[in-house]
Amino acid sequence: MAVKQVSIFIENETGRLTKLTKILADAGVDLNAATIAETGEYGILRCIVQNPEETCKVLSEHGFMASVSDAIAVAIDNKPGGLHYVLDLLSSADIGVKYIYSTIQSIKGEAVIVMKVSDQERAEKILGEAGVKLCDTEELK
Amino acid sequence: MIWNKEMECADREVMRDLQLKRLQEEVKYEYENVPYYAEKMDKAGVKPEDIRTLEDIALLPFITKEDIADNYPTGLFAQPMENIIRIQSSSGTTGKPKIIGYTQRDMEDWGEAVARGLAMCGATAGDVVHVAYGYGLFTGGLGAHAGAETIGATVLPMSSGNTARQIAFMQDMKSSIICCTPSYALTIAEAVEREGVDPEKLSVKAGLFGAEPWTKSMRGKIEKGLGLKAHDIYGLTEITGPGVSISCDENNGMHINEDLFYPEIVDPETLKPLPIGETGELVFTTLRKQGVPMIRYRTRDICRLMDDKCPCGRTTVRMDRVLGRTDDMLIVKGVNVFPSQVEIVIGKFRELTLNYKLIVDRVGNSDTIELMVEFAEGLIIDDIDFVEHMRKKVEHALRETLQIGCKVRFLNAGTLPRSEGKAVRVEDRRRFE
Repeated sequence: MAVKQVSIFIENETGRLTKLTKILADAGVDLNAATIAETGEYGILRCIVQNPEETCKVLSEHGFMASVSDAIAVAIDNKPGGLHYVLDLLSSADIGVKYIYSTIQSIKGEAVIVMKVSDQERAEKILGEAGVKLCDTEELK
Repeated sequence: MIWNKEMECADREVMRDLQLKRLQEEVKYEYENVPYYAEKMDKAGVKPEDIRTLEDIALLPFITKEDIADNYPTGLFAQPMENIIRIQSSSGTTGKPKIIGYTQRDMEDWGEAVARGLAMCGATAGDVVHVAYGYGLFTGGLGAHAGAETIGATVLPMSSGNTARQIAFMQDMKSSIICCTPSYALTIAEAVEREGVDPEKLSVKAGLFGAEPWTKSMRGKIEKGLGLKAHDIYGLTEITGPGVSISCDENNGMHINEDLFYPEIVDPETLKPLPIGETGELVFTTLRKQGVPMIRYRTRDICRLMDDKCPCGRTTVRMDRVLGRTDDMLIVKGVNVFPSQVEIVIGKFRELTLNYKLIVDRVGNSDTIELMVEFAEGLIIDDIDFVEHMRKKVEHALRETLQIGCKVRFLNAGTLPRSEGKAVRVEDRRRFE
């Protein structure tokens, strides 16, 4: 079960991100999770929204390059060792994690984190077999 | 000091007679040895024997940088390679360099031309000439070097860079004449100040600076910072390299080595010759070149000629400082850069569009060039690694083509303003006034 994340290329200029959030606000898009990876000159905003394709369309109409890709959202116990347990399962299976970020909401005693892994399909299988709860986009609402 | 009184102080009639004789020989030589130009002359209906006066030069067709590109690499050579002893080159408009070959005599003439400029700086065999132009295909380093050798001075072939070492040699080897780009001279001057070296204690008395536009305020700073008298040197690879013209102590225009290079000013629109004193495009004809003679080469430089008497005693025509260009060529760090070269590089990447802008600036004393280019629409960018990797690839490709570093900044598709007419591709933020 994959979640769809939206990646947006943003030039690192004052006001540029504000312009982006204005477009999202005007389009009534709620950010369920968001993170920015950046260098000195530009960043990539990654986020989880309920209508990724529609959001991409709106953004490109306003001059932002946006694309949709798969990621995994896992619900982990919100206590010490929770994240470690999941990562340990993946690294034991030789699956790399490119990045992780957490969602804005957590579900009763659980934290939901989004991760990009080197092998989406196997990661889903291994985590599923270990009983780790995977979330879909709607559950992150 | 005047290096060659016979040529530099010749009576005007004597000079014109010599120029006519050499022009007739050069045109005949070109007609017989360069089929491409012979064809041009045939098309224009002009034969070598039609050149009876200097004014008849206007009958001859021009050579342009496009002609050089069309004949890449050696189509305009008038001599077989066995008689060519040197190749130099500068950037061409198509991404292919302009290749110029020199015979033994061409090299001697080049040395002679630069020697006259060094003599204007007061150079004699007893001087130590510090050459801090880059050595290599760029004509700056080896051109200055040839002139210093002609004089019999002691040459320090420093090349550019490693400023601390430049200053150490200036002090320890008592450099008395320095040759480099004005911006590099300023860098050295500032380093001298930073290190607390007293300019009065340096032995350098004069400098020969060229290959890029510079300002009066830069001149003042260089003269004060290094304790020297600055001279301008002008040249272009197509014609020979530096040494086409040089300013004397009067600092009022650059004396053209007219026995070697015949200048004209033409109207850039009509291409008709303009009377002396009027501003237009500078055109040069080589009068004694064997390797790659140039008949009426359009330099694209805008300037004017001066023939009033110079108090220095030289009688040669002078050219004023270059006011601009009739094409879009940029000179960055002394290197010729054409936006078309950048377009060729961008065109090789399907991830990019041809919507771009070049920003040229000067930070401290050094030119900077940055390319802003839009990503292609529909490109999937969900990874910083991808962007960084792209940037390295594009920067590498630009360096290969331009020969200088160019920073790359990517933009979202559609970010750059679209213009109605001709797109503004270059923003030059440097100020030369």
